[in-house]
Amino acid sequence: MSQLNSNEPIGPLENRWKNHVFDLALIAPQNRKKYKIIVIGTGLAGSSLCATLGEAGYKVNSFCFQDSARRAHSIAAQGGINATKNYQNDGDSVWRLFYDTIKGGDFRARESNVYRLAELSNNIIDQTVAQGVPFAREYSGYLANRSFGGTQVSRTFYAKGQTGQQLLLGAYSAMSRQIENGRVTHHARSEMLEIITINGKARGVVVRDLVTGELSTHTADCVVLCTGGYVNAYYLSTNAKGCNTSATWRGFKQGAYFANPSFTQIHPTCIPPTLENQSKLTLMSESLRNDGRIWAPKQAKDCKKKPKDIKEEDRDYFLERLYPAFANLVPRDVASRAVKHICDEGRGVGVKIHGKRLGVYLDFSDVIKKIGLAQVEGKYGNLFEMYQRITDDDPYLTPMKIYPAPHYSMGGLWVDYNLMTTLNGLFVAGEANFSDHGANRLGASALMQGLADGYFILPQTIANYLARNTFDEIKPNHKKVQRALNIAKVRIEQLMNAPEAKYSPEYFHQKLGKILWESCGMSREGARLKQAIDEIKALQLEFWQTIKVTGVDQDLNQTLERAGRVADFIELGALMCKDALNREESCGAHARVEYLSLEGEARRDDKNYSFVAAWEYQQDGVRLHEEYLHFEFIKPSVRNYK
Amino acid sequence: MIFTLHIWRQKNVNTQGKFAVYEIDNIDNDTSFLEMLDQLNERLIIQGEDCIVFDYDCREGICGACSLVINGYPHGEKSATTTCQLYMREYKNQSELWIEPWRANSFPVIKDLTVDRSAFDRIMQSGGYISIHTGCAPEANNTLVEKHASDEAFNSATCIGCGACVAVCPNASATLFVAAKITHLALLPQGQIESKNRAKKLILKMQSEGFGSCSNHRHCARVCPKDVSLQNITRMNKILG
Ligand SMILES: Cc1cc2nc3c(=O)[nH]c(=O)nc-3n(C[C@H](O)[C@H](O)[C@H](O)COP(=O)(O)OP(=O)(O)OC[C@H]3O[C@@H](n4cnc5c(N)ncnc54)[C@H](O)[C@@H]3O)c2cc1C
Ligand code: SF4
Ligand code: FES
Repeated sequence: MSQLNSNEPIGPLENRWKNHVFDLALIAPQNRKKYKIIVIGTGLAGSSLCATLGEAGYKVNSFCFQDSARRAHSIAAQGGINATKNYQNDGDSVWRLFYDTIKGGDFRARESNVYRLAELSNNIIDQTVAQGVPFAREYSGYLANRSFGGTQVSRTFYAKGQTGQQLLLGAYSAMSRQIENGRVTHHARSEMLEIITINGKARGVVVRDLVTGELSTHTADCVVLCTGGYVNAYYLSTNAKGCNTSATWRGFKQGAYFANPSFTQIHPTCIPPTLENQSKLTLMSESLRNDGRIWAPKQAKDCKKKPKDIKEEDRDYFLERLYPAFANLVPRDVASRAVKHICDEGRGVGVKIHGKRLGVYLDFSDVIKKIGLAQVEGKYGNLFEMYQRITDDDPYLTPMKIYPAPHYSMGGLWVDYNLMTTLNGLFVAGEANFSDHGANRLGASALMQGLADGYFILPQTIANYLARNTFDEIKPNHKKVQRALNIAKVRIEQLMNAPEAKYSPEYFHQKLGKILWESCGMSREGARLKQAIDEIKALQLEFWQTIKVTGVDQDLNQTLERAGRVADFIELGALMCKDALNREESCGAHARVEYLSLEGEARRDDKNYSFVAAWEYQQDGVRLHEEYLHFEFIKPSVRNYK
Repeated sequence: MIFTLHIWRQKNVNTQGKFAVYEIDNIDNDTSFLEMLDQLNERLIIQGEDCIVFDYDCREGICGACSLVINGYPHGEKSATTTCQLYMREYKNQSELWIEPWRANSFPVIKDLTVDRSAFDRIMQSGGYISIHTGCAPEANNTLVEKHASDEAFNSATCIGCGACVAVCPNASATLFVAAKITHLALLPQGQIESKNRAKKLILKMQSEGFGSCSNHRHCARVCPKDVSLQNITRMNKILG
């Protein structure tokens, strides 16, 4: 078994990153233009990385599947981004954010990584303000903050409900500047289909031009994946429709280990599904939980009533009742499970889907009374508007309905402290890696992580890798390059020409989604997971036998794009279940019903499961490697939000 | 609900397109406009036909990808709404829908309802930023920004780069898009220093990309899904002097 070396520095926590940066090799400015770097994905992680690498003087080639870098899924993030500025003087510090993140992740993340993330958070705010990101401000002209799911300090910076948009446009503008000066070459409407590995190092990619269908190969000295998360495996999720696992799955098949694939976050406040043919679910920002109160009818017989007809004493403010200290602000996994529990009991509200009402109320009437309509509008105006547009209900007059939905993947490709995978020269940043959130991510910390990876961490660690390795030139006709190209070609041919072509990609995606949601969603159970693995195996066979893609491949063909992504989701789905089955404990978002306390709280098993599960791809299956987690600074305790 | 859909089908930029007619039934009030097209595409797959291509990603009104002209209106008639945020309840009194791509010389049709908007990216590359060195920046609260200016800058910065303003403009001008970026950055102290130069560069680039100039038709602000206001153009003109 290969050793999983996290390459964490040792010594006092607060000096680790500083010392590590000092120990990393540098590349002199005049030499940087000799190095070529490929960046796949230009969301927050990718575009911030491209901007920084371009600024430093490297030759960068970037790719994204949308028609512009500005449209990456990061654009949709609503609530905000954390930083430990302590502007509100409420006792915040790097240490506290570190502590909150480790605890929020239920002690399944690396201390060194998380501390570094907390340290870098402040720098991100400086950087983005200098770019012109219009964060919310106070009348004095200083930056404003709010508190956000699962924390007791106000450390979240925000731009109304459009923080992700503003941060991405900031990074996109900095990247655009590097495109203008010729250091970054960006290829939009391009999808990476394969990684080229030569002598054990990632040295390039095969890309499909989504307009012409043409395949091309690109080589470089290293490859970085910033390709986002994979919860679209569940079919219905809050992610943009195009989010996929294909790039990371290719990396996995080339030798990068996949870590904690079952760690997926189900977000409590989304608009409930109303139709069986719905294409996606919409998140309502968690910031709404700051002022909205969550409730359900005390009795099932009231569920069909209009909310205004349910008397105050007949309402169950269940989060306030169950968790008096944190109330409506408990972490996402805790809130989601509580909501599911209420609906499973038959106390849900809204339309029935598959025989169950999937919804509880999120009510703003108290805060409107307290601070007035205008103030509430100032804080949440655009979110309320969005809700009304989708549901035709006015949240100023009647409570919102919410239900949990898949939202974020904590799992991802395994990376060491330098954000490099087990495949040399393949780095991963942003949601695509597994690094910092353990078994559950706190609100407003994904934007922070993507930007810390892109602006500050990778530019240092990539330089070190480039400086310490030598790179032979690779000719386009190199047999490994041609082999990768051929693999991509054959795959497309198979997708286009299934033996008994019959069903669309959506058909398979919906089927997979249903299996995963029921077996590997908010609650998981051993026998059901085993059954799911079998079901997914059968689905995979059916897929390659009957997938139907119309049109031709040398064209803009969205059906073909979807088919390729679904094929990878199916394989990933099996690994998610396998990982969930292997982890015989509950921790964070991973709730095995066999390992829950009587009150429904996760029961961790630190003795046996305090590790990162890193899966290696092998021809005949997968093999598990365990990276043990050492807690030197924070003693693992029971997460308690009572 | 039942609809007759007239949808623009075009193989690529070099071929002539035309409307094709499809009937679709079983459409619910809560079905979104794009979900209706999804359903139609599922049917086309069963029939063995090439699907209708249209751009989308977030389906939440924020990425700016979706871009359909519906019955003559970019993003449909409903104000301040992107195509992906339209629900079929809006169309309950209609039975025929005409669906076309953005039409502008600088946005050539790629296929069916999809156009090439990379000209917008090139405009941004010509100067739509503050020229700071990525990687080092002063402490954020050292630069104070008056709240009102900051809120106004935010309003301008909410442009999603969809291109509806161009699609509706008789001159196919991108002035509202350009003015929004110029205004966003000029209102902030960080961006003021470069503002005049930036404005000139962006306008020049807009022209060289083949977009027309503004002659005050004012359709742009009316179709803008993010309510980017005409005041941005006034402000831009002031900056240009
Ligand atoms: C609705 C919503 C709200 C959120 N709100 C918040 C919030 O308030 N605060 C917070 O901290 N986090 C939030 N998050 C989480 C956060 O937005 C994401 O985790 C983060 O933006 C991911 O950024 P990224 O750069 O890793 O990936 P993405 O932004 O997803 O970018 C992925 C990039 O990879 C490209 N790509 C993918 N596959 C390929 C391929 N095969 N070939 C070529 N290119 C490819 C895409 O084109 C894209 O450019 C939210 C998430 C959602 C869904
Ligand atoms: S100004 Fe409005 S219509 Fe024009 S690109 Fe921006 S958001 Fe779209
Ligand atoms: S699909 Fe993103 S704005 Fe419509």
